[in-house]
Amino acid sequence: MTEAEIQPIDSAFTWRDRLQWWRVRWGIGRMRFAVSPGLYALNDPTPESDVFVTANYKMSVDHVRRALVGRKAWILVLDTQGINVWCAAGKGTFGTDELVERVSETGLAQQVSHNKLILPQLGGVGVDAGAVGNQTGLMVRYGPVRATDLPAYLDAGYKADDAMRRVRFNLADRALLVPVEIINAGKSILPAMAILFLLAGLSQRGFSVMTMLSQGLAAVLALGVAWLAGTVAGPLLLPWLPGRMLSMKGAMAALVLIGLLSIRVLPGLTGALDLAAFWLVVPAVASFIMMNFTGATPYTSPSGVRLEMKRSVPVQVACTVVALLLWLAQRVVEVV
Amino acid sequence: MIRYLDNVTTLELDADKCIGCTRCTQVCPHGVLRMEGKLVEIVDRDACMECGACATNCPTDALTVDSGVGCAIAMIVGALRGTEPTCECRGGTCC
Repeated sequence: MTEAEIQPIDSAFTWRDRLQWWRVRWGIGRMRFAVSPGLYALNDPTPESDVFVTANYKMSVDHVRRALVGRKAWILVLDTQGINVWCAAGKGTFGTDELVERVSETGLAQQVSHNKLILPQLGGVGVDAGAVGNQTGLMVRYGPVRATDLPAYLDAGYKADDAMRRVRFNLADRALLVPVEIINAGKSILPAMAILFLLAGLSQRGFSVMTMLSQGLAAVLALGVAWLAGTVAGPLLLPWLPGRMLSMKGAMAALVLIGLLSIRVLPGLTGALDLAAFWLVVPAVASFIMMNFTGATPYTSPSGVRLEMKRSVPVQVACTVVALLLWLAQRVVEVV
Repeated sequence: MIRYLDNVTTLELDADKCIGCTRCTQVCPHGVLRMEGKLVEIVDRDACMECGACATNCPTDALTVDSGVGCAIAMIVGALRGTEPTCECRGGTCC
């Protein structure tokens, strides 16, 4: 390993970084948002400077370099295939083997005079600190959950208090997830809207464009409300929605939205069957979307998700199927 | 933190094996474990999200937990493919 292979890095957060962050929050290029793994030097570090380990998801690296403004540091970036620390640790790519390999490949030992590595706490899912010590002689210190707490952690003499050791999921954290939730759910919702819109053109007289235009809007609207409930209202109102299961919270968010928007009085929902279908399908679809929010929350356990799915999926499917049949029946029984 | 379902976690502590290294209390992101005297205790069991960090870092296997991907879509995709729950869904990786 030569000096030249250590890449300099700084703490500047430019308009370009800001734009990149905004793009990935909307799911654009999120899987290609990576930096090269390796050893980075922040502010001309010395052999005594601390070594911080992170993932090669660019947002992860950005968090660390921004937090360490004005401090000399080595940043060891593991190859996690562009995935963030916690998710990569869950998959094992932010793990003991990769860490041990990256340490030796970058020649870290030739650069530093101490034997300490500071890891993000959530990396502990994939890294066995004891095994790293046995294999490399390096001592793993678990830093705080959030990089923004690094200065306080360092100033306290490598001590993280209880608050630094806890993940949180407050309103601002949840709001950041809303755009990507909208986009991901949209990939299924938009085609479903298109199909229902076409089907809405059916009546006893066969297919008519006029019928489609007059009847289709309500169906599109129903899915739109479910989409909004499952991706915006649900995540934002999470702690205040009744129930523990996210599927329950999703259904509740849908009912709140229907109430708020008083959608039942909107034109196009005059038929009794249509109305029943609407009340069934909107909570069911919102419930399904919110159930999938378990993949984004930092507090739901696999065992819990399994139990929740066993209870909720049959209800979601039954409601959706019955709603679809009622809605189709309305198309057939009524000449509009 | 918002509470999830009670009485579901697979987290188990064999107190006889604990050597009091405190590592699990450092990696747990939900304050499930705390040092009581020289040994660790489970103080908030239902806050456990089964991430597995405590068991991974326990040098004596005093802690065990069935950890995995706690994501509904991952479980659906895994069930459809007949594999373990996987993040490789929607044509790419989720997170």
